[in-house]
Amino acid sequence: MIGYILRRLAQSILVVLVVTIIVFILLHQLPGGAARAILGPRATALQVAQFNAANGYDQPLLVQYFRQLGEWFTGNFGFSIKLNQSVSSLLVQRLPKTIILSLLSLILTVIVAVPLGIYQAVRRNRSFDYIATGFSFIFYAAPTFFIGIIMIEVFSQNLGWFPPEAPQSNGIGPIFEQFDAMVLPIVTLALLSIAGFSRYMRSSVLDNIDQDYVRTAQAKGASPRRVLYHHVLRNALIPIITLLGLSLPALFAGALVTESIFNFPGMGLLFWQAAQSSDYPVELGVVIITAFATVAGNLLADVSLAVIDPRVKL
Amino acid sequence: MSDPGRAEVEVSGEVPSGPVPVAISGLPAGRAKSMFRLGLEVFIQNRLAIVGIVVLALAALFCFVAPLFYRTDQVTVNLLETNLPPGPGHPLGTDETGYDQLGRLMVGGQVSLAIGFAAAIIATIVGTVWGAIAGFFGGLVDAVMMRIVDAILSIPILFLLLFIVTIVRPSVPVMIFVLGLTAWLVPARLVRGESLTLRVREYVQAVRVMGGSSWHSVLRHIMPNVVGTVIVNATFQVADAILLIAYLGYLGLGISPPATDWGGMLSNGTAFIFPNYWWLIYPPGILIIVVVVAVNLVGDGLRDSVEVRLQRR
Repeated sequence: MIGYILRRLAQSILVVLVVTIIVFILLHQLPGGAARAILGPRATALQVAQFNAANGYDQPLLVQYFRQLGEWFTGNFGFSIKLNQSVSSLLVQRLPKTIILSLLSLILTVIVAVPLGIYQAVRRNRSFDYIATGFSFIFYAAPTFFIGIIMIEVFSQNLGWFPPEAPQSNGIGPIFEQFDAMVLPIVTLALLSIAGFSRYMRSSVLDNIDQDYVRTAQAKGASPRRVLYHHVLRNALIPIITLLGLSLPALFAGALVTESIFNFPGMGLLFWQAAQSSDYPVELGVVIITAFATVAGNLLADVSLAVIDPRVKL
Repeated sequence: MSDPGRAEVEVSGEVPSGPVPVAISGLPAGRAKSMFRLGLEVFIQNRLAIVGIVVLALAALFCFVAPLFYRTDQVTVNLLETNLPPGPGHPLGTDETGYDQLGRLMVGGQVSLAIGFAAAIIATIVGTVWGAIAGFFGGLVDAVMMRIVDAILSIPILFLLLFIVTIVRPSVPVMIFVLGLTAWLVPARLVRGESLTLRVREYVQAVRVMGGSSWHSVLRHIMPNVVGTVIVNATFQVADAILLIAYLGYLGLGISPPATDWGGMLSNGTAFIFPNYWWLIYPPGILIIVVVVAVNLVGDGLRDSVEVRLQRR
């Protein structure tokens, strides 16, 4: 298993390196290069040349790449053009909020989707199963922003239960002090993944429910409850670990949209505003961080799968 | 050139020589057609999939044919008739620049549907070719090509798209191209996986033993078996592309006005949650959901029929 983990780790490092190459290529696709993006269209050719010389953009591409790589790995993502702040300090400020938002909604997802999927599988093809399947189809097809807008309209404007805007602050404290303002963003972000996870859980339980080992357990006289919780669930929950790892990119994208709806000052909102104002150092920093997080998440999921499931020894 | 690939075949597949002639002689002449017919029968029996097809046809009629009869001005701004509630002359009211909302839904739908389908086709073609090459050559080529796929897949697609959109100004052809070229990763993985498993199947091995060229086995035996999986995935690609274009439109980085798409319309409508101009918010949102659900139903139906084909084989 150590060999498997090491191989998986080497593969992840390779993927991260390819990501940096892709981001580097994107950086050089900026119209007129980085100099034009920062200095603006009215900069003279001399100013552009000076900027390129000062920042090393006149050197061979390979040299530039390795210099850039060194800076990325030491946590230097450059300087925001619009916000007059280093990208790493912006990320330090914003990233924890996105992590809290994503984590809370992931917890809500698992709490709701796992029991829902199990219940649907046990009572399959009954009316509750059909209704839940219908809803999960709709929520799976609904854009997050539409769900968010309906949430605001119904629970904030009409019923007045929750504020329409997430807590505004630079610190993390107010997120928990004004938790009522976090309810709508967390639920909005969770609904899409609940739809996906419950479908997955349902079919995972169904896959296991007519396996030989279940029949053996029943034949030994185990109660239906014991068969479900002790035998079926243990196996049915395994794919959920992989799903948790794989759902990270979707979660980040969902967080981006959710943050923009509820004006939650996390990394997603930072990225969105950077995209609108062509603040490319911020965009690149966020892209690299999310890609690293995704690779790390997948690696973690695979490793924990290998630890839990002895059949994984690829 | 195929040395690394051949090495892998020898390592991964212990091919028994016994069943090979059986597999070949057991092929009836009209097999491909009857498999197709079998799949078609299963698909037609799937009522939800038929509902999906009908809904998609209606949506296409609504977007592309209805504007020929329901003519509205979707170019000139009319500030005298902004945000009118539904009433005579404007069955769904008007938006904040005075465009007729019903006519705008048709125009926006054209963009959403056209981009969705075109992007899915590009993604499927690029992904199939990429995956087939990787799976066919194997070895180092495969490793490099698949790490590239892994790397792009680990950048959340919405972030990648938003970044690309800041580099190129979005128009409909540009969006089709960009969406297509970022969505080919999943079909690439599927095709590569399928061709890796198919390569060691008895009937493909048999072709090789009998002296058939590698390209012959790819075109005649591997591709037809991959087609089902690819088509099923292409359907889900359409749904994804329609959603992504809506996300970009909502984030204000989609198609530029006066052209629009359903996501962009919804984005404009969000400014009017508080005065409660529901006709600007619900119609585009509901249309996105209905079309995406319909595409997913068709995809599920296709998957069932492909799986039945595979099971009965």
